[in-house]
Amino acid sequence: MSSRRSRNSGSSRISDDQILELVSKLRRLVPEIRDRPSGKVAASKVLQETCNYIRNLHREVDDLSQRLTQLLATIDADSAEAAIIRSLVTQ
Amino acid sequence: MTNSPKGFTLNNADSCRVKFARRFLRSLIEIKTRQTNYNNNLSSSPSSSSEIRRRSERIKLKAYSSMAHAVGPRKAWTRALLLKLHNRAKRHRFRTRKRSSLAMVLKKKRVFRVKNHANFYKPAAERGNYSVLNSDEKTEKLRELVPGGKAMDICSLLEETAHFIKCLAMQVQVMHEIADQLSN
Repeated sequence: MSSRRSRNSGSSRISDDQILELVSKLRRLVPEIRDRPSGKVAASKVLQETCNYIRNLHREVDDLSQRLTQLLATIDADSAEAAIIRSLVTQ
Repeated sequence: MTNSPKGFTLNNADSCRVKFARRFLRSLIEIKTRQTNYNNNLSSSPSSSSEIRRRSERIKLKAYSSMAHAVGPRKAWTRALLLKLHNRAKRHRFRTRKRSSLAMVLKKKRVFRVKNHANFYKPAAERGNYSVLNSDEKTEKLRELVPGGKAMDICSLLEETAHFIKCLAMQVQVMHEIADQLSN
Protein backbone atom coordinates (compact mmCIF):
# COMPACT_ATOMS: atom_id res chain seq x y z
CA MET A 1 0.00 0.00 0.00
CA SER A 2 2.76 2.42 0.96
CA SER A 3 4.72 1.49 -2.15
CA ARG A 4 1.65 2.29 -4.23
CA ARG A 5 1.30 5.64 -2.53
CA SER A 6 4.91 6.55 -3.19
CA ARG A 7 4.50 5.48 -6.82
CA ASN A 8 1.47 7.70 -7.14
CA SER A 9 3.21 10.72 -5.62
CA GLY A 10 6.20 10.01 -7.87
CA SER A 11 4.02 10.03 -10.95
CA SER A 12 2.27 13.20 -9.85
CA ARG A 13 5.64 14.96 -9.51
CA ILE A 14 6.51 13.95 -13.05
CA SER A 15 3.14 15.12 -14.24
CA ASP A 16 3.76 18.55 -12.76
CA ASP A 17 6.89 19.04 -14.83
CA GLN A 18 5.13 17.68 -17.88
CA ILE A 19 2.27 20.08 -17.36
CA LEU A 20 4.68 22.97 -16.93
CA GLU A 21 6.37 22.06 -20.18
CA LEU A 22 3.09 21.65 -22.05
CA VAL A 23 1.80 24.98 -20.79
CA SER A 24 4.96 26.74 -21.96
CA LYS A 25 4.63 24.97 -25.31
CA LEU A 26 1.10 26.31 -25.58
CA ARG A 27 2.33 29.75 -24.65
CA ARG A 28 4.70 29.74 -27.63
CA LEU A 29 1.86 28.85 -30.01
CA VAL A 30 -0.67 31.48 -29.00
CA PRO A 31 0.35 34.78 -30.63
CA GLU A 32 -1.42 36.89 -28.04
CA ILE A 33 0.95 35.75 -25.28
CA ARG A 34 3.97 35.01 -27.44
CA ASP A 35 4.28 38.56 -28.72
CA ARG A 36 3.93 40.08 -25.29
CA PRO A 37 7.45 40.42 -23.87
CA SER A 38 6.42 40.01 -20.22
CA GLY A 39 8.33 37.35 -18.32
CA LYS A 40 6.13 34.83 -16.56
CA VAL A 41 2.54 34.23 -17.54
CA ALA A 42 0.21 32.37 -15.22
CA ALA A 43 -1.08 29.01 -16.43
CA SER A 44 -4.71 30.09 -16.17
CA LYS A 45 -3.92 33.14 -18.31
CA VAL A 46 -2.37 30.85 -20.91
CA LEU A 47 -5.53 28.74 -20.91
CA GLN A 48 -7.75 31.77 -21.24
CA GLU A 49 -5.78 33.20 -24.13
CA THR A 50 -5.77 29.76 -25.77
CA CYS A 51 -9.57 29.62 -25.56
CA ASN A 52 -9.86 33.10 -27.05
CA TYR A 53 -7.43 32.19 -29.80
CA ILE A 54 -9.40 29.05 -30.71
CA ARG A 55 -12.64 31.05 -30.82
CA ASN A 56 -11.01 33.64 -33.06
CA LEU A 57 -9.75 30.95 -35.41
CA HIS A 58 -13.25 29.46 -35.64
CA ARG A 59 -14.61 32.90 -36.46
CA GLU A 60 -11.99 33.34 -39.17
CA VAL A 61 -12.94 29.98 -40.68
CA ASP A 62 -16.56 31.15 -40.70
CA ASP A 63 -15.71 34.41 -42.47
CA LEU A 64 -13.46 32.66 -44.97
CA SER A 65 -16.19 30.12 -45.73
CA GLN A 66 -18.63 32.93 -46.47
CA ARG A 67 -16.05 34.67 -48.65
CA LEU A 68 -15.34 31.41 -50.51
CA THR A 69 -19.08 30.86 -51.05
CA GLN A 70 -19.42 34.25 -52.66
CA LEU A 71 -16.31 33.74 -54.77
CA LEU A 72 -17.47 30.33 -55.95
CA ALA A 73 -20.85 31.76 -56.93
CA THR A 74 -19.46 34.63 -58.94
CA ILE A 75 -16.89 32.78 -61.01
CA ASP A 76 -17.70 30.60 -63.98
CA ALA A 77 -17.52 26.82 -63.53
CA ASP A 78 -14.82 26.30 -66.15
CA SER A 79 -12.64 29.11 -65.00
CA ALA A 80 -13.27 27.98 -61.44
CA GLU A 81 -11.65 24.64 -62.18
CA ALA A 82 -8.76 26.40 -63.89
CA ALA A 83 -8.20 28.78 -61.00
CA ILE A 84 -8.44 26.00 -58.46
CA ILE A 85 -6.09 23.76 -60.35
CA ARG A 86 -3.69 26.69 -60.67
CA SER A 87 -3.67 27.20 -56.93
CA LEU A 88 -3.23 23.45 -56.48
CA VAL A 89 -0.05 23.58 -58.50
CA THR A 90 1.40 26.54 -56.66
CA GLN A 91 0.73 25.06 -53.19
CA MET B 1 7.35 26.63 -38.62
CA THR B 2 10.74 25.37 -39.79
CA ASN B 3 12.04 26.59 -43.14
CA SER B 4 12.74 23.30 -44.82
CA PRO B 5 14.18 23.48 -48.37
CA LYS B 6 11.36 22.81 -50.78
CA GLY B 7 11.56 19.65 -52.79
CA PHE B 8 14.03 17.91 -50.48
CA THR B 9 12.40 16.86 -47.25
CA LEU B 10 8.72 17.27 -46.63
CA ASN B 11 8.22 17.33 -42.88
CA ASN B 12 4.98 16.43 -41.25
CA ALA B 13 3.57 19.94 -41.28
CA ASP B 14 4.22 20.52 -44.98
CA SER B 15 2.72 17.23 -46.11
CA CYS B 16 -0.26 17.83 -43.86
CA ARG B 17 -0.75 21.27 -45.39
CA VAL B 18 -0.56 19.91 -48.95
CA LYS B 19 -2.94 17.06 -48.14
CA PHE B 20 -5.42 19.48 -46.61
CA ALA B 21 -5.16 21.91 -49.55
CA ARG B 22 -5.76 19.13 -52.09
CA ARG B 23 -8.73 17.63 -50.23
CA PHE B 24 -10.33 20.98 -49.58
CA LEU B 25 -9.91 22.16 -53.18
CA ARG B 26 -11.41 18.92 -54.42
CA SER B 27 -14.43 19.48 -52.16
CA LEU B 28 -14.77 23.03 -53.48
CA ILE B 29 -14.79 21.78 -57.06
CA GLU B 30 -17.40 19.17 -56.12
CA ILE B 31 -19.58 21.79 -54.42
CA LYS B 32 -19.21 24.12 -57.39
CA THR B 33 -20.24 21.47 -59.97
CA ARG B 34 -23.18 20.47 -57.80
CA GLN B 35 -24.23 24.12 -57.61
CA THR B 36 -24.05 24.64 -61.37
CA ASN B 37 -26.10 21.48 -61.97
CA TYR B 38 -28.62 22.70 -59.42
CA ASN B 39 -28.82 26.08 -61.11
CA ASN B 40 -29.16 24.52 -64.56
CA ASN B 41 -32.09 22.42 -63.47
CA LEU B 42 -34.02 25.41 -62.26
CA SER B 43 -35.58 28.14 -64.33
CA SER B 44 -34.22 30.86 -62.11
CA SER B 45 -31.04 30.66 -60.08
CA PRO B 46 -31.88 31.25 -56.45
CA SER B 47 -29.41 33.09 -54.31
CA SER B 48 -31.49 33.56 -51.23
CA SER B 49 -29.71 34.35 -48.04
CA SER B 50 -30.68 30.99 -46.55
CA GLU B 51 -29.20 29.18 -49.54
CA ILE B 52 -26.00 31.18 -49.24
CA ARG B 53 -25.83 30.43 -45.53
CA ARG B 54 -26.35 26.73 -46.24
CA ARG B 55 -23.57 26.70 -48.82
CA SER B 56 -21.22 28.57 -46.53
CA GLU B 57 -21.99 26.06 -43.78
CA ARG B 58 -21.23 23.20 -46.17
CA ILE B 59 -17.89 24.71 -47.14
CA LYS B 60 -17.02 25.29 -43.51
CA LEU B 61 -17.77 21.66 -42.61
CA LYS B 62 -15.76 20.47 -45.60
CA ALA B 63 -12.82 22.56 -44.39
CA TYR B 64 -12.84 20.93 -40.94
CA SER B 65 -13.32 17.44 -42.33
CA SER B 66 -10.54 17.91 -44.90
CA MET B 67 -8.26 19.07 -42.12
CA ALA B 68 -9.09 16.14 -39.86
CA HIS B 69 -8.62 13.67 -42.73
CA ALA B 70 -5.31 15.24 -43.72
CA VAL B 71 -3.95 14.80 -40.21
CA GLY B 72 -5.34 11.30 -39.96
CA PRO B 73 -6.65 9.31 -36.99
CA ARG B 74 -3.36 9.44 -35.08
CA LYS B 75 -4.63 12.27 -32.90
CA ALA B 76 -7.52 12.11 -30.46
CA TRP B 77 -8.95 15.44 -31.59
CA THR B 78 -9.16 14.35 -35.23
CA ARG B 79 -10.95 11.14 -34.26
CA ALA B 80 -13.42 13.08 -32.12
CA LEU B 81 -13.95 15.70 -34.83
CA LEU B 82 -14.48 13.13 -37.57
CA LEU B 83 -16.97 11.28 -35.39
CA LYS B 84 -18.86 14.50 -34.69
CA LEU B 85 -18.98 15.44 -38.39
CA HIS B 86 -20.03 11.92 -39.35
CA ASN B 87 -22.87 11.91 -36.83
CA ARG B 88 -23.92 15.37 -37.94
CA ALA B 89 -24.10 14.27 -41.58
CA LYS B 90 -26.07 11.19 -40.61
CA ARG B 91 -28.56 13.30 -38.63
CA HIS B 92 -28.87 15.71 -41.55
CA ARG B 93 -29.58 12.89 -43.98
CA PHE B 94 -32.18 11.50 -41.61
CA ARG B 95 -33.75 14.90 -41.17
CA THR B 96 -34.09 15.66 -44.87
CA ARG B 97 -36.00 12.46 -45.54
CA LYS B 98 -39.79 12.54 -45.65
CA ARG B 99 -41.05 13.08 -42.15
CA SER B 100 -43.02 10.12 -40.93
CA SER B 101 -44.79 9.85 -37.61
CA LEU B 102 -42.00 7.56 -36.48
CA ALA B 103 -39.49 10.27 -37.24
CA MET B 104 -41.45 12.72 -35.13
CA VAL B 105 -41.51 10.26 -32.24
CA LEU B 106 -37.78 9.65 -32.48
CA LYS B 107 -37.15 13.36 -32.59
CA LYS B 108 -38.97 13.84 -29.31
CA LYS B 109 -36.89 11.17 -27.56
CA ARG B 110 -33.76 12.71 -26.12
CA VAL B 111 -30.70 10.55 -26.23
CA PHE B 112 -28.35 11.37 -23.41
CA ARG B 113 -24.79 10.75 -24.45
CA VAL B 114 -22.81 9.20 -21.64
CA LYS B 115 -19.92 11.56 -21.10
CA ASN B 116 -16.68 9.81 -20.53
CA HIS B 117 -15.55 11.51 -17.37
CA ALA B 118 -13.04 8.74 -16.72
CA ASN B 119 -10.62 11.34 -15.50
CA PHE B 120 -12.85 12.42 -12.64
CA TYR B 121 -12.86 9.00 -11.04
CA LYS B 122 -9.11 8.84 -10.70
CA PRO B 123 -7.68 9.76 -7.32
CA ALA B 124 -6.32 13.27 -7.17
CA ALA B 125 -2.73 12.13 -6.75
CA GLU B 126 -2.89 10.27 -10.05
CA ARG B 127 -4.26 13.24 -11.86
CA GLY B 128 -1.23 15.21 -10.88
CA ASN B 129 -0.66 17.80 -8.21
CA TYR B 130 -1.61 20.51 -10.67
CA SER B 131 -5.13 20.00 -9.38
CA VAL B 132 -5.57 23.75 -9.55
CA LEU B 133 -5.58 23.46 -13.32
CA ASN B 134 -7.82 20.41 -13.27
CA SER B 135 -10.71 22.09 -11.48
CA ASP B 136 -10.16 25.45 -13.13
CA GLU B 137 -13.13 26.75 -15.09
CA LYS B 138 -10.78 27.76 -17.88
CA THR B 139 -9.74 24.14 -18.25
CA GLU B 140 -13.40 23.26 -18.59
CA LYS B 141 -13.83 25.87 -21.31
CA LEU B 142 -10.80 24.45 -23.11
CA ARG B 143 -12.29 20.97 -22.88
CA GLU B 144 -15.38 22.24 -24.63
CA LEU B 145 -13.40 23.87 -27.41
CA VAL B 146 -11.02 21.02 -28.23
CA PRO B 147 -12.73 18.05 -29.90
CA GLY B 148 -12.72 15.10 -27.53
CA GLY B 149 -11.37 17.26 -24.74
CA LYS B 150 -13.91 16.16 -22.16
CA ALA B 151 -12.48 12.65 -21.92
CA MET B 152 -8.82 13.62 -21.68
CA ASP B 153 -6.57 14.01 -18.69
CA ILE B 154 -4.89 17.38 -18.32
CA CYS B 155 -1.64 16.30 -19.99
CA SER B 156 -3.30 14.91 -23.08
CA LEU B 157 -5.61 17.91 -23.20
CA LEU B 158 -2.69 20.34 -23.34
CA GLU B 159 -0.87 18.27 -25.94
CA GLU B 160 -3.91 17.86 -28.14
CA THR B 161 -4.69 21.56 -27.78
CA ALA B 162 -1.23 22.52 -29.03
CA HIS B 163 -1.55 20.32 -32.10
CA PHE B 164 -5.14 21.43 -32.68
CA ILE B 165 -4.14 25.08 -32.63
CA LYS B 166 -1.30 24.49 -35.07
CA CYS B 167 -3.58 22.71 -37.53
CA LEU B 168 -6.42 25.21 -37.16
CA ALA B 169 -4.04 28.11 -37.85
CA MET B 170 -2.72 26.30 -40.89
CA GLN B 171 -6.27 25.64 -42.10
CA VAL B 172 -7.07 29.36 -41.84
CA GLN B 173 -3.89 30.22 -43.72
CA VAL B 174 -4.60 27.85 -46.59
CA MET B 175 -8.24 28.95 -46.86
CA HIS B 176 -7.04 32.55 -46.98
CA GLU B 177 -4.58 31.77 -49.77
CA ILE B 178 -7.24 29.95 -51.76
CA ALA B 179 -9.65 32.87 -51.39
CA ASP B 180 -6.95 35.28 -52.53
CA GLN B 181 -6.18 33.07 -55.52
CA LEU B 182 -9.83 32.85 -56.52
CA SER B 183 -10.41 36.57 -56.25
CA ASN B 184 -7.67 37.34 -58.78
